[in-house]
Amino acid sequence: MTYALEIEGLTKTYGDGFEALKGIDLRVEQGDFFALLGPNGAGKSTTLGIVSSLVNKSAGKVKVFGHDIDTDLAAAKLGLGVVPQEFNFNQFEKVFDIVTTQAGYYGLPLRRARRSTEKYLKELGLWDKRDTPARMLSGGMKRRLMIARALVHEPGLLILDEPTAGVDIELRRSMWAFLEEMNRQGTTIILTTHYLEEAEALCRNIAIIDHGSILQNTSKRDLLKQLHRETFIMDLKAPLEGAPELAGFEARLADDGALEVEVEKGRSLNEVFDALKAQGLEVMSMRTKSNRLEELFLTMVQDNAREQQESTQ
Amino acid sequence: MSPSAILVAFNTILVREIRRFTRIWAQTLLPPAVTMTLYFIIFGNLIGSRIGEMGGFDYMAYIVPGLIMMAVITNSYSNVVSSFFSMKFQRSIEELLVSPVPNWVILTGYVAGGMARGLSIGVIVTMLSLAFTQLEIHHVAVTMLTVVLTSALFALGGFINAMLATKFDDISIVPTFVLTPLTYLGGVFYSIQLLPEFWQAVSMVNPILYMVNAFRYGILGVSDVNVVFALSMILVFIAILFTVALQMLKRGKGIRH
Ligand SMILES: Nc1ncnc2c1ncn2[C@@H]1O[C@H](COP(=O)(O)OP(=O)(O)O)[C@@H](O)[C@H]1O
Ligand SMILES: [Mg+2]
Repeated sequence: MTYALEIEGLTKTYGDGFEALKGIDLRVEQGDFFALLGPNGAGKSTTLGIVSSLVNKSAGKVKVFGHDIDTDLAAAKLGLGVVPQEFNFNQFEKVFDIVTTQAGYYGLPLRRARRSTEKYLKELGLWDKRDTPARMLSGGMKRRLMIARALVHEPGLLILDEPTAGVDIELRRSMWAFLEEMNRQGTTIILTTHYLEEAEALCRNIAIIDHGSILQNTSKRDLLKQLHRETFIMDLKAPLEGAPELAGFEARLADDGALEVEVEKGRSLNEVFDALKAQGLEVMSMRTKSNRLEELFLTMVQDNAREQQESTQ
Repeated sequence: MSPSAILVAFNTILVREIRRFTRIWAQTLLPPAVTMTLYFIIFGNLIGSRIGEMGGFDYMAYIVPGLIMMAVITNSYSNVVSSFFSMKFQRSIEELLVSPVPNWVILTGYVAGGMARGLSIGVIVTMLSLAFTQLEIHHVAVTMLTVVLTSALFALGGFINAMLATKFDDISIVPTFVLTPLTYLGGVFYSIQLLPEFWQAVSMVNPILYMVNAFRYGILGVSDVNVVFALSMILVFIAILFTVALQMLKRGKGIRH
């Protein structure tokens, strides 16, 4: 099967000599809902910028639905819809004109362009604003305008760079619902985000990027499995006032009075119980804490920073 | 892209450009109409009546072709330079960069937009001049060819200026310090035969002189220069600027990182 997006050995060194991408590989299957997750400055926008011809790559290969951007750029572009991180429409143009003009750039004849514009403006709740100059729209509406503009030629792959940055929570949820529906109908979606809950709520596969390298690229479930720590929640017979000192383990009290203990993978749980016993604590029941991506992510990013520090020492 | 898709894309750029300069007509169409009317009144009527004849025509009729060209040149240039630079500035150029429109279509689309404004103003100024003098076009083909090619040339110039510009100041430097002086000295108001020999020679290196004179030849049938040479020169300049502009767009300096 051809991938919706295939990236191989992609590097980018900006004009000032800064190496923003250090050779990344990514594969996104058709129909996927994919997140590129990473902190600010990780290289997310650079990656999407190269895919969408806004940034020139230094080396590597990029294919959109099998079309190489070096040899078959127009075909690659036709399959791609782009929602950039910053507003980039003409502020003085009207909403309707912005979207139909974009359709024209993709070669859609005027009647089809208008029909498609109407469809997506309605779906994104902007139809009432069609004659409004873009600068008069609220932040959330501007973001939705960019989504309508990206969809007007009905691309198979939609890429969104931090689509919900600065969008309030209610609107964020409705945007999520819209993207999920688009994905259900067959559009492959790739978004970048540094909101962990967003990747967690929406995406099936996640790549974590930091300092221009991909740290992990796997399914959300696999990612969780790879967590090298687990947290156990224990209900104690006698409630505690403060967190106990457990030899060799980190322990803390949860809000509801339960004890949470962190255990490295591979260590025996008997050691935990020995330590608990030494403190005279009695465990009535125990469960693992569901590991949220957020914790995983923080762990990985911290690890990466530590590794970098160690390797430069 | 298929030929029909390319045509759609080209039309889209052109229509967008026309929509832009008609939306802000008070900044684009009105000022040259007012300025040129003042020129007609002051130079043509008030002063012109004291000057008498120039090149065998009354002064008003003599300066009208030059004034039309002046308006066409500045407006073709400034339409492209301001439109393309503001696209760059607002980053809405990215709308085109992500799309499959080939670079040569982007370039010709903007140039056509600049020509649409330059030539519309040419028509407006011509209409206004009819209130002051009578125009009988001596040679229609030469007139049309000169004005269309000149408009294309300066639209290309505006495009290159916009590619090079990094701030708003950069888009007014060339019109103010190059185009306006060259136009004034390009025989709009006088025949260079009136000048001392030295200044005649100097004037001959001014390309705008050739365009004004070719156009004046089309309308009045008189010229200080060889018209075929003038037209060929414009064509050569167009070919050079087109190549340069296309190369700049391909390299993407200032629009792609
Ligand atoms: N035009 C540029 N010139 C130089 N450095 C840049 C440029 N654009 C981005 N960078 C740098 O590249 C790195 C990655 O940036 P970016 O891809 O925007 O990250 P993200 O989108 O993940 O926040 C950052 O350190 C940023 O400062
Ligand atoms: Mg970014």
